[in-house]
Amino acid sequence: MLMLLFFCYCAVVIIGTGLLAVTLRNPVHSVLMVLILFFHMAMLYLSLGAEFLAAVQVIVYAGAILVLYLFVLFLVSLKEELRMPRFVSSAWLGRLIAGGLAACLLYILPVFSTGARGNWPAERVREITPTRALATEMYSASVLPFEIAGLILLVAVIGGLLLARREKDSSNTNG
Amino acid sequence: MNAITWATFEPLLPEMLLVCTGLVLIGLDLFAEKTREVLPWLTVLGCVTVLGMVLGERNVSAFGGMFLTDSYGVFFKVISLLSVIMATLMGEHYRRVHGLRHGEYYALMVFAATGMLIMASAGDLMVLYLGLELMALSVYCLVGMNKREAVSAEAAIKYFLMGVFASAIMLFGMSLVYGLTGSTSIAEIARFTARTGLAENPALLAALGLMIAAFCFKVAVAPFHFWTPDVYEGAPTMVTAFMSVGPKAAGFAVFGRVLVSGFPELQPHWGSLLAILALLTMAVGNITALVQTSIKRMLAYSAIAHAGYSLLGVLAGTADGLSATMSYLLIYGFMNMGAFAILVLLSSRGAHHESLDDYRGLAKNHPLAAVLMLIFMFSLTGIPPTAGFIGKFYLLRAALGAGYTGTVIGAVIFSAISAYFYLRVVRNMYMSEPEGELDFSYSPGISAVLGLALLGVVGLGLLPGTIIGRAASALLGQ
Repeated sequence: MLMLLFFCYCAVVIIGTGLLAVTLRNPVHSVLMVLILFFHMAMLYLSLGAEFLAAVQVIVYAGAILVLYLFVLFLVSLKEELRMPRFVSSAWLGRLIAGGLAACLLYILPVFSTGARGNWPAERVREITPTRALATEMYSASVLPFEIAGLILLVAVIGGLLLARREKDSSNTNG
Repeated sequence: MNAITWATFEPLLPEMLLVCTGLVLIGLDLFAEKTREVLPWLTVLGCVTVLGMVLGERNVSAFGGMFLTDSYGVFFKVISLLSVIMATLMGEHYRRVHGLRHGEYYALMVFAATGMLIMASAGDLMVLYLGLELMALSVYCLVGMNKREAVSAEAAIKYFLMGVFASAIMLFGMSLVYGLTGSTSIAEIARFTARTGLAENPALLAALGLMIAAFCFKVAVAPFHFWTPDVYEGAPTMVTAFMSVGPKAAGFAVFGRVLVSGFPELQPHWGSLLAILALLTMAVGNITALVQTSIKRMLAYSAIAHAGYSLLGVLAGTADGLSATMSYLLIYGFMNMGAFAILVLLSSRGAHHESLDDYRGLAKNHPLAAVLMLIFMFSLTGIPPTAGFIGKFYLLRAALGAGYTGTVIGAVIFSAISAYFYLRVVRNMYMSEPEGELDFSYSPGISAVLGLALLGVVGLGLLPGTIIGRAASALLGQ
C-alpha cells in the first residue's frame, strides 16, 4: 500500500513537471522542472530495487546533462523568444489528437496483461545485486545493442563538431 | 552465460568494416588534408567491398536472434549501400562545383549506411531502434551541413524535432509490446502472441498503432509526412537524393519485418489501416506535386507518393507483396537517384537551377542530360519499358491478389495524375525555347551515378525476372 502511494506520488510529480517543463516560458524554470522530474525518476528506480540505475540517473542526468543544458542557456543567452510558424495551423487540432491518444491509452489500461517472465526474477537480481545483474546482461546478451549505442555517441560527437565548427571563409578556397 | 568471442561477431563483419571505413575517412580528413580528393573514392571502395561481403553472407542468426543475416535483410542492405555509393559520387561532383569542404560528409554517410544495415538485419526491437537512431542522427547532421544557408539549418532542426518525437512514440509502442509479451525479440513476440491469444487484446493493437505511426513518419507516409517537403527542399540535393532512397528503404525493411514477422495475426487490422494510409499518401503526394514550381519540391512530394505505392506490397502481408515492395524500392532507388543527379548536375555555384523554368529548352543545348531526365521521368511515371512500370505492375498485382481492390483502383488513378507533373518537365525540356544558358560539365562522379541509374532503370525494365526472382526467393528462403 505504501509502495503504491509512493508510486502514485512519483507518477503525478513526473507528469506534472513534464508538462510544466514544456509549457513554462522561462527556459531556466523549464530546466529546473526537468531536474525535479529526474529526481523522481530516480526515486522510482529505487523503489524497484535498481539502485545502480537510480544513482546513474542522478549523476548523469541530473548532474551532468542538466548542467550542460544550463551552460547552453547561459552561452546562447537568447533575449527574444524564437517563434516559428506552426506545422499545423490550429492548436486545437493538436490538442484534440493528443486528447484522443490519451483516451485510447487510458482505455487499454484495464486490459493490459503482463507478458512472459524474463531470465531475471526479482529474487535472483537481489541475490547477486542489481549492478552485477545489469553488467552481466549488458556485456553478454545485449552486447550488440551496447556496441551500437557506443557508435551512436561517436556519430553524435562528429555531427556536433560538423554543425558547431566555425567555417573558414569559403571565397578563397575554391574546392 | 555464453562467452563473447570474436566468432560471435563474425556475422557482423560487413558492418564492422563499414565502421572502420568511416573512422579512416574521419582520420584522413583530420590529419591529411591533401587526401581530400580521394575521400569519395575511398568511400565508394569501402561500400563496394561491403556490398560484396553482404552478397556473400550466409543465413545465420547471431546474438541470440538479435541480428539476422537472412536474404530479406541482404536485399535491403544492397539498396542501402547502392544509395550511399550514388550519393557519395554525387558528393564528388558537388565538391568540384560548390567546393564542399566537409570530409565528414562521407564519414556520416558511411555511419548512416551502418545504421541502415543494422536496421535491415535487426531481429530485435532494441537493435532495430538503435540502428534507426544511428542512421537518423547521421542524416540530421547531413541535412544541416550547409550552415551558410538558412533553409538547410531550418530543415535540419525541423527534421530533428519531428524525428525525435517519432522516435519517442515508437519507443512508447515498443515498451508496451515488451510489457505485453515480455520480450523484445520479434520472433519471440510472434510466438508469444500465437501461444496466448494476445492478438485479441486491444492493448497490443494500441502498441502496434504507436509503432506504425512512427514507422510511417520515417518513410514519410501521410498523415505523418508534414516534415518531408521542407526538409527535402532545404537539405543539400545529394542528401535529399540519399534520404529519399536509403533511409526510406531501411524504414520499409523494419516496417515489413515487424509487421509480417512480428504481428502476422493482426494482419486484418494493420492491412486495412495501411490500405487507407496508402490511399491518403498517394492522394497527398500526387495532388500537391501538381502545383509545385520547383523540381526539387516536386520530387519531394513525388517521394511521398512513392512511399504510398510501396505500402501496397506491405499491406498485403504476403511474400508476394513484400517481394514487390522490395523490388520497387530498388527500382525507385535507381530512378530517383537519377533524377536527383540531373538536379545536382545542373546546379552551379551560387545558383541551384531547381525551378521548372530552368529546364526550358534543355534538349536544345544539352541533349544528353535531357534524354536522361526524360528516361527517369518516364520511369517515375511508370511508362513501359522502363523499370518503374514493372515495379508498379507487381505492386498492384500483389495488392489486388490480397483483395484490396479499392486501393488498387485509387493507385492507378493517382498514377495517371502523376503523369501530368512528371511529363511537364519533359515538355519544358523538349517543347520550349531555352531562356538562359546553363553551364555545366560532367565530372567522373556524376557520370558514374547517371550511368548506374540508367543501367538500373533500363536493365531492370527489360530484364525484370532476375530481380523479382531474387526478391521472392529472399522471402521464401527466410
